[in-house]
Amino acid sequence: MRTFKLVSLLVLVAIVFTACTPAAPSGGTGSTGGELKIAILAPLSGPVPTFGVSTREGSLLAIEEWNAKGGVLGKKIVPIVEDSQCTPDPAVNATNKVIDQDKVHYIIGEVCSKASIPVSEIVNQKNVVQISGTSTNPSVVRDNNGNVKPYTFVACYNDEQQGKVMSKYASGTLKAKTAFIMLDQANDYVKGLAEFFEKNFTADGGTIVGKETYTAKDTDFSTILAKVAEANPDVVVLPDYYNIVNLVTKQAKEKGITAPFIGGDCWDSPDLDAAAAAGGCFPNHYSPTEDRPAVKNFVTKYGEKYKDDAGAAKLPDALAALAYDATNIMIQAIADAGADDPAKVKDIIAKGKFEAVSGSITFDAFHTPIKPVTIIAVKDGKAQFDSQVMP
Amino acid sequence: MQPAITSQSSPSKVHRPKQRLAWIGQGFLLVLVIGIVYVVASNLIKAPTLFGQIVLSGLQLGFVYALIALGYTMVYGIVKLINFAHADVFMVGAFVSYYAVARFSMHQWPVAVFPGISPTMAVIIGSGTVILLSMIVCTALAVTMERVAYRPLRDAPRIAALITAIGVSFFLEYFGALSFVFSSRFIPYQRPFEVVAWYIKDGIHLVVPGQAPPAQSITFSNIFLIIVVASILVQLVLQYLVRRTKIGIAMRATSFDKQAARLMGINVDQVISFTFAIGAAFAGLGGVLYAVAYSSIYSQLGLLPGLKAFVAAVLGGIGSIPGAFVGALIMGQAEALTMGYISTPMRDAVAFSILILVLLVRPTGIFGEPEKEKA
Repeated sequence: MRTFKLVSLLVLVAIVFTACTPAAPSGGTGSTGGELKIAILAPLSGPVPTFGVSTREGSLLAIEEWNAKGGVLGKKIVPIVEDSQCTPDPAVNATNKVIDQDKVHYIIGEVCSKASIPVSEIVNQKNVVQISGTSTNPSVVRDNNGNVKPYTFVACYNDEQQGKVMSKYASGTLKAKTAFIMLDQANDYVKGLAEFFEKNFTADGGTIVGKETYTAKDTDFSTILAKVAEANPDVVVLPDYYNIVNLVTKQAKEKGITAPFIGGDCWDSPDLDAAAAAGGCFPNHYSPTEDRPAVKNFVTKYGEKYKDDAGAAKLPDALAALAYDATNIMIQAIADAGADDPAKVKDIIAKGKFEAVSGSITFDAFHTPIKPVTIIAVKDGKAQFDSQVMP
Repeated sequence: MQPAITSQSSPSKVHRPKQRLAWIGQGFLLVLVIGIVYVVASNLIKAPTLFGQIVLSGLQLGFVYALIALGYTMVYGIVKLINFAHADVFMVGAFVSYYAVARFSMHQWPVAVFPGISPTMAVIIGSGTVILLSMIVCTALAVTMERVAYRPLRDAPRIAALITAIGVSFFLEYFGALSFVFSSRFIPYQRPFEVVAWYIKDGIHLVVPGQAPPAQSITFSNIFLIIVVASILVQLVLQYLVRRTKIGIAMRATSFDKQAARLMGINVDQVISFTFAIGAAFAGLGGVLYAVAYSSIYSQLGLLPGLKAFVAAVLGGIGSIPGAFVGALIMGQAEALTMGYISTPMRDAVAFSILILVLLVRPTGIFGEPEKEKA
């Protein structure tokens, strides 16, 4: 009897699950007829679900606006959202699915570089245009031989440009002559930013007075900070995530270290301890507090459409802004091409100039935007727009 | 067990290779000590203030490790169990104080109840309450843990209890990582009191916030002082407790021979529970002080400090209370000096190399007595 119950329960569960899976479309209608499909690959589950949600929201907002204006090429834009989990395998599966089954010609995403790279391999074999909003690794747009991938673009600056901006801001605005670098040697992203900073800073005549490494699990930075105090630099470079930044800046304040900290876009988090990091600054893709009309318009519309848990208007983060930009660039290019033709669309993106929330964008030879980088200063208990620096 | 068997067979054959090994170990140790002394001394002469600063941060770390190591060593002394979940009790202590301060503003109750109270007194009483609460919760947790997980295994082989301890540790870490418990995020810790720092240069002066202390000065904070005082106080209380009180005598008796202690009318289960409770209370205190000092907490906070405190306990001689204290101070210095003069990522490697060295050269630790084998 018990076995029977168990078996019937299993059958029931199986039925429920199959019922939940959406039925596969019977025939690929393609992008013909009255609709044009755009796929959005976002990590809605996996390690960084908030990145995925922001990306989806930013992208869907752009599509909704275009549809309100009558779509593109007289067709309604239909978004297809896939969960790519910030992981290569699911991202590849999702890409194959949207291209082969849904006959999609345009893809927005992925968010993470490690997932965007395998996606870019596929789209360049199948001639599908891909724009990733936020993958900052140069390998997303370059193949192993250093050649540009013709069908892949990114809407964000890369780590090289970011390191350059950090250095420019340090030696320009902050008039720093000496810098102390703190980095997590095991994190490629942190290491890359530190290297690009060092290269540019020394080229501009600055001196690196010290360089100390730590690991991501460290909590006690007193020894490193003792060395910082001893070296007495003009700026301290700390391009790491907010949890490390909170620890280091707090302990530095208690040691009486007054040199400002410079970070990377990874400082951008609601959990950043603004009191401890006060006086510090970091480059970011955009700031919702900037006065530019494009930014204000985007922040208002986003807040009207999306609410947080408390029901208040949601403030778009950089991921939402870049997804919105990427989607707008894609649709604008399709409109300018005048036809649903990926080969034409990619040429228009490569040569075009786009007014976007994150600044006025043109693409360089490696399909990476040339645009001003926003510097955010931490003061008065929050992260605020400071200035824009051209890399 | 092993020595008893080997001593029955021809002892000379067995002893010779052992001795040679010991000589290699001691020679190696000697070279190592000379090397360390040389590096430390040369740096002391080169930059004395930096050296002083590094030693101070090592002291702070060492005193926190001491608070955790006591729990390991006491529990081991009584039930011969390495309670790996002890490190997670430490984590829970930090989180309890976080919720008490950030969510319930418990550190401000004296101001609310006695409006006229002086600010200093309010801070002391408020912070004291938060620490006390953490200690009580940790005690309750440890006693529950002992009752549920360890007592049923009292007569089981030691390895079973050890694996259970690892299980309990994982349970606490990953249960804590659930989003509705502590979540797995790094949480900025809100302190119940403000940090005040001083610097030493021609006397002791207050560090003015936003103003750098002069070059070549050594800074320290009130947190450092609190950690040092609390840790020494705990050590003294524990010494008194174990040596002079009835429960202390019962603890020592239980540690010596559980069966005989039971025959003498000692409630062994109660004594063991009490040992867990005391160790956990100190771990809770350590957790609060650690969180206050390093100001960021997450569900696996206890892992590394716990392991290092365990190494400290082994180094000092597991089972010995002064040993745990001395071992912890050595560990703190070893780590700080590694961070200062080798590199920060090397510090864990050095800490665990110490464990391997101790086990190779002197498994009983500095203060440990060679273990007498009981049946």
